[in-house]
Amino acid sequence: MKLLTHNMLTSHVKGVIKGFCILFFQATEVKVNEVEFNPEFVSRMIPKLEWCALVQAAELGHRQDLPGELVPDYEKNEEFLKKVHRVLLEVEVIEGCLQCPESGREFPISRGIPNMLLNEDEV
Amino acid sequence: MKLKELESCLQQVDVFEEPKILLEQYPTSPHIAACMLYTIQSTFDDIGGKLVADLGCGCGVLSIGAAMLDAGLCVGFDIDSDALNIFKRNAEEFEISNVDLVQCDMCSLDADAYAKKFDTVIMNPPFGTKHNPGMDMKFLRAALTMAKTSVYSLHKTSTRENSKFKTSIFTFVSELRYDLPASYKFHKKKSVDIQVDFLRFAKA
Repeated sequence: MKLLTHNMLTSHVKGVIKGFCILFFQATEVKVNEVEFNPEFVSRMIPKLEWCALVQAAELGHRQDLPGELVPDYEKNEEFLKKVHRVLLEVEVIEGCLQCPESGREFPISRGIPNMLLNEDEV
Repeated sequence: MKLKELESCLQQVDVFEEPKILLEQYPTSPHIAACMLYTIQSTFDDIGGKLVADLGCGCGVLSIGAAMLDAGLCVGFDIDSDALNIFKRNAEEFEISNVDLVQCDMCSLDADAYAKKFDTVIMNPPFGTKHNPGMDMKFLRAALTMAKTSVYSLHKTSTRENSKFKTSIFTFVSELRYDLPASYKFHKKKSVDIQVDFLRFAKA
């Protein structure tokens, strides 16, 4: 699971009001896979992101020095875009789990695939 | 990349080992997948550098094709872990790194799940003809929520009349023939031609 995917995942357990809350995650195995750098794609993704969730995820998953606040004029800052690219697309969580901060429900990540399936009583 | 080149690459994609009829697991043929993806990119420019979702991705032929056409990232969603494992193996064999996977049930998503998170949604959904009527519509509803720009989907031509397409905004792209080789025990013929509609739904 890439951190861009993580940034979009939300919990849909019944009773969770803020369906959009970002899931906490723990990673026991992380891998870095090279992905071709596309600066336009990265700068287009940035405004869609929950930035603080990404910074948190980057710290947990892999030591990356992303600034706590978005830098101004990031579209022109190639060095910054490369860092974001690495965090969004190259860092992959292979084993670990996601946790919904509201319900506490855990979703396992195994072989790089998060399992978001719910039981019948949770739908 | 040329259409023929894309189609011949997609012929290398492994498909279901033991397809599950309850999930209506029929592989998308390399020909259909290539035609669909090639049109999406060359006519509408909706794959290259885009964030793409593939709903009911199965073994990943559409996602892998989208990745080859330089999608920024293509995320495949499927309920079945066997299919997802084959998808993963395919991606590894093709050395494709701009795809990602999520195991989830498209039918039990919240009404506003992933709202507008993706630029483009592509899918070959279950047609809803195997004791699961309306399944294609459930997929379509999720797809229309998730996409910011457009949704591309295949639907069985024979269900066109009773579907609710008439009320939605879509462009009929083309009618494609789906050459389905016998894949289940109850299939008596060696292969059968199925007509599908290739539709594009543009978000306002």
